[in-house]
Amino acid sequence: MGGRFVRVGEAGRRVITLSVDGKPIQAYEGDTLLVAILTSIGNLRTSEFGDGLRAGFCLMSACQDCWVWTTHGERLRACSTVLTEGMTVSTQQPEGTWSNLE
Amino acid sequence: MVEPRVVVVGAGPAGVRCAEALASAGIRPTLVDENRRDGGQIYRRQPENFARSYAKLYGTEASRAAAIHSSFEKLRGQIDYLPQTLVWNIEGRNLYLVRDARHITLTFDALVLATGATDRLMPVKGWNLSGTYSLGGAQVALKSQACAIGADVVFAGTGALLYLVAAQYQRAGARVRAVLDTAPWSDRVGALRDLFAVPATLLKGLLLTFALRRAGVPVYTGIEPLEIVGTGAKGVSGISFKDSRGRTVDMECDAVALGYHLRPETQLADLARCEFYFDPATRQWLPQVDPDGRSSVAGVYLTGDGARVRGAAAAEKSGELAALAVLQDLGRAPDLDAMRALRRSLETFDHFARGLNQAFPWPSGQAARLSDDTIVCRCESVSVGELRQVVQQAGARESNRAKAFSRVGMGRCQGRYCGHAAAEIIAHAANVPIEKVGRLRAQAPVKPLHIATVQNADEARSNASVEGVR
Repeated sequence: MGGRFVRVGEAGRRVITLSVDGKPIQAYEGDTLLVAILTSIGNLRTSEFGDGLRAGFCLMSACQDCWVWTTHGERLRACSTVLTEGMTVSTQQPEGTWSNLE
Repeated sequence: MVEPRVVVVGAGPAGVRCAEALASAGIRPTLVDENRRDGGQIYRRQPENFARSYAKLYGTEASRAAAIHSSFEKLRGQIDYLPQTLVWNIEGRNLYLVRDARHITLTFDALVLATGATDRLMPVKGWNLSGTYSLGGAQVALKSQACAIGADVVFAGTGALLYLVAAQYQRAGARVRAVLDTAPWSDRVGALRDLFAVPATLLKGLLLTFALRRAGVPVYTGIEPLEIVGTGAKGVSGISFKDSRGRTVDMECDAVALGYHLRPETQLADLARCEFYFDPATRQWLPQVDPDGRSSVAGVYLTGDGARVRGAAAAEKSGELAALAVLQDLGRAPDLDAMRALRRSLETFDHFARGLNQAFPWPSGQAARLSDDTIVCRCESVSVGELRQVVQQAGARESNRAKAFSRVGMGRCQGRYCGHAAAEIIAHAANVPIEKVGRLRAQAPVKPLHIATVQNADEARSNASVEGVR
């Protein structure tokens, strides 16, 4: 599936590679994790309540709709996480971590 | 003499001007902000390696944005600045923060909350589909990341931000499919007298509308959204709405930016035990403040859009005024003439804000017409029908009771995006005036935290055995 967000400027930044669900994706230095993912993939996570895929909503750290997970199961709020080289994330919530409990 | 401990929360226009006025009076405030960089949402800064000019980023507000950013740079040595830090609770004179997953307790003599605002939302069937964003979110994508939220974007809702963000997208080269405004033209004409309170802003608003029309963007007024169309797997594929003549219009798009003006972020004021009152003009509960920003709790001040949504220019003035009120209450002698001038100027912005509310009213009537299968709580996918059921069958006619039964307002956004609409739905279903429904009480933590952080805080608290803290 293609991306959802469309870049309208700031081309020519350093390319950074990240891994999403085991697949490599290219994005740019300065991207948030949300933008890095949504310019290549249409969604960030699956609603736990059965109404489909989610791709964030407020982009200002208020709604918590943009959660993704590291391979260690740590939860990241994608809209306020700055992309770093070699980031490895999953759009699938790890088992046994319903909501935000660890 | 012991230095008074003054904490300012929020580094947007109100927080920065407040910290600046405190610093120039010789106080070293602590400025706590959740963002990575200063500027708040309105003057949000792009990442360091981005190259767009101020003019390109902030348009007509470029010089204001530049002034706020440079004021902040000059302040850096005179304040203790804590970016990427969340204030998650307030108890008495203690402020609980999280920074890098570490817990910090700050004790304050005076606390200024400059927490800003988020979009005010009315649900529409399908707004839970991926590809629907808040208007503010759509603006953040463009301003701080040079991205459009889709290839073919519809802007829906009402308010000044609706036209501003649509125009910014159009100017940046994104495709704006249409602007759909729920407010009819006639409301704008009726509001003109109040809007003339700040003619420059009125003119900017009119120019935005003309620019959109000149660019060939269809602008519909007096509409009612019917459904954001799409599937859970693929997200948004279109929007359906009723135009001002009552005809149904179907429009294809791959993204919708949705918002109905703004609502102040008042969770921290609530946790600080500030009194609230019902504002009939905007149909919402607001924290009580005096003209200078003093809340009902001694030593707690509320400023900027976090107290009253009046826009960024007013936020600068109210931030400065709150700082002078702090100084006055600490027994320092602030410039009383300056305080009077700031109060007068804020009255003008109050006047203008009244005009905006009249021109772009909150469409409360929509709540009654939402279909039972519309999602009201995006966090936990609770439907309007489920909420109506707890009102009609369980007799939950008050917001917090309905929340306990239905979980509407209990999800991860903690009612920020469903709370106002839920109150309208409850009021209609119970056939009571909206003010009788009450307001959702804020709960700590105001944003989700790792449980371990809270446990550490509990230990720190019992070790310190601070007076007045349970």
